[in-house]
Amino acid sequence: MTQPGGTAPLLAVRDLKTYFVTGRGGGTARAVDGVSFELYPGETLGIVGESGCGKTVTSLSILRLIPEPPGHIRPGSYIEFDGRNLLTLAPRDLRAIRGNRIAMVFQEPMTSLNPVFTVGDQIAEAAVVHQGLSRGAARARAIDMLRLVGIPDPETRVDDYPHQLSGGMRQRVVIAMALVCRPQILIADEPTTALDVTIQAQILELLERLQAELGMAVMLITHDLGVVAGTADRVVVMYAGQVVETASTAELFAGPRHPYTEGLLASIPRLDRPADRLTSIPGNVPAATHWPAGCRFHPRCPHAWDKCRREEPPLLDAGTPGHTARCWLVVEPQRRRPAP
Amino acid sequence: MNATAPLVDVRDLVKHYPGERAWLGLGKPKRVVRAVDGVSFTIAAGQTLGLVGESGSGKSTVARTLLRLTEPTGGAALFEGRDVFALPPGELRALRRRMQIVFQDPYSSLNPRMTVRQTLREPLAIHRLAAGADADARVAALLDEVGLDGALADSYPHELSGGQRQRVGIARALSVEPAFIVCDEPVSALDVSVQAQVLNLLTDLQRRHRLTYLFIAHDLAVVRHTAEQVAVMYLGKIVERAPATAVYQGPRHPYTRSLLSAVPVPDPHAPRRRIVLSGDVPSPANPPPGCPFHPRCPHPKKNERCRTEVPALREITPGHLAACHFAAEPM
Repeated sequence: MTQPGGTAPLLAVRDLKTYFVTGRGGGTARAVDGVSFELYPGETLGIVGESGCGKTVTSLSILRLIPEPPGHIRPGSYIEFDGRNLLTLAPRDLRAIRGNRIAMVFQEPMTSLNPVFTVGDQIAEAAVVHQGLSRGAARARAIDMLRLVGIPDPETRVDDYPHQLSGGMRQRVVIAMALVCRPQILIADEPTTALDVTIQAQILELLERLQAELGMAVMLITHDLGVVAGTADRVVVMYAGQVVETASTAELFAGPRHPYTEGLLASIPRLDRPADRLTSIPGNVPAATHWPAGCRFHPRCPHAWDKCRREEPPLLDAGTPGHTARCWLVVEPQRRRPAP
Repeated sequence: MNATAPLVDVRDLVKHYPGERAWLGLGKPKRVVRAVDGVSFTIAAGQTLGLVGESGSGKSTVARTLLRLTEPTGGAALFEGRDVFALPPGELRALRRRMQIVFQDPYSSLNPRMTVRQTLREPLAIHRLAAGADADARVAALLDEVGLDGALADSYPHELSGGQRQRVGIARALSVEPAFIVCDEPVSALDVSVQAQVLNLLTDLQRRHRLTYLFIAHDLAVVRHTAEQVAVMYLGKIVERAPATAVYQGPRHPYTRSLLSAVPVPDPHAPRRRIVLSGDVPSPANPPPGCPFHPRCPHPKKNERCRTEVPALREITPGHLAACHFAAEPM
């Protein structure tokens, strides 16, 4: 792995395995199964994948927000932040990091806000807890934060309850909540998925501006490659609990090496390239309790051969620095079948 | 546009929800919500109209009133020449065989206690189309048609993936051999790779059965691949309506322009000219005076007229309608 600019990573995830024991003998769901990647200071890292690929469980594992049981993070998993393993930190030390130095924004703003507290109280809460702000200072900080995230008339809005705000405004409040302690890392899990297209554009622009102003690293979790193309510096593509491809954004879009990434890119309905028929990936995402043997993508892959059914490929170096793909085609490119 | 009469002809459709009274019906009535406020369009047989808008624009209300799942407040909807809104109940039921709907969320629109077979047999029984072994043969044919394994006939919805459930929803709509299907955001709840499968299926079925679609979506990219005509709604009104190519290549309404620019392009080198609109969609209970879009409009020529005078939906070039005072001028 090369580091952009030769700097050390801010956060390093190593061989993360988060499993869930399912009821009624359904087996163990290996939701995240050996995920490794790193996040560098100031960058935006896109984590892309479809539902069930493990992207959300990965982000929740970083802050140890996985309910245990049924979930558990397997021994041997390692998440390094600031020289320490977040997975073995004492609860007290973890609390000093969570919401303070690493913060999170969730998909659905209404469920991340408490309906019986004003938005001002909720924004300032983290600052009161972590920095011991007084009541007056907390209120002033909340107003500052509302102004920062572009909410008009912040002096009045600070006393509003969540139901008085629109969906876009609520997501701004949630972002203000996350950023109140000026975290080094912001994990944004599908921050625009529940929003309308024009509001989505507003929130993406806001995140971009805040990152530039505050200099934090952003982990943007999304199913939408379009969102990633416009915002991320690097991309991690996940499938079936694993990382299947990592590359700089420019390289991933110019030359994807994993057939799953290729399929995802081809199946996006596009304004700039109208097509009569969309390319689609056949079949469905397999269940986390029964990942296919060999390469987990082989039942849906147009190029798969015997080796793919038998042997699971590791993340292979795809040629250029920082570009890796979990596909045997990287070493046996002659096996690629021409498009029909 | 075409010499033959359109299959669907909606004229000045209005749906207002009366303001409820607070305090157990004794308080002051709230304002009337103008969910749909004078919407007109036609769809030619075998074609697709893409109806695009954000939440609260009234697009789903149009769909529901058109099928009389909700009673309209005013206007007319001619289907095969007859006004759907004026039909007595008996004839309405017969008409329901001809018009069907595919809902957004295939989980909540399927009965969790019914197997796929039971779900597909129900409309056949209601419309007395088939019974017994005959019905089972129809179910098998329908599953095959939507690309589902016949073995899934005895599965319950929870045993199916999102894409499979939506295929069941489509099979159910097809079971009565309709001429017209309202697709209400049929792929919004699905993953990207599965979205493409379902969109392709809808296109294939349309060709095979010469179906007519009203395709509702919240983003213009999905519609790009399916519709011949596109209508864009904002706050209960159509603000632009034109052949699809005209909308994508030369949008005339500033709202359409910003919607187009807001679609994320999966290409990091694509020039980004995102027009970010300020503010939110106003409430349809309290729409702004004048042009409903004026508080968010980024048009450089926006003036007093926009704040006071409602722009009519008028023809700018043949077949291309837009409701903006400046639609005829170059941007």
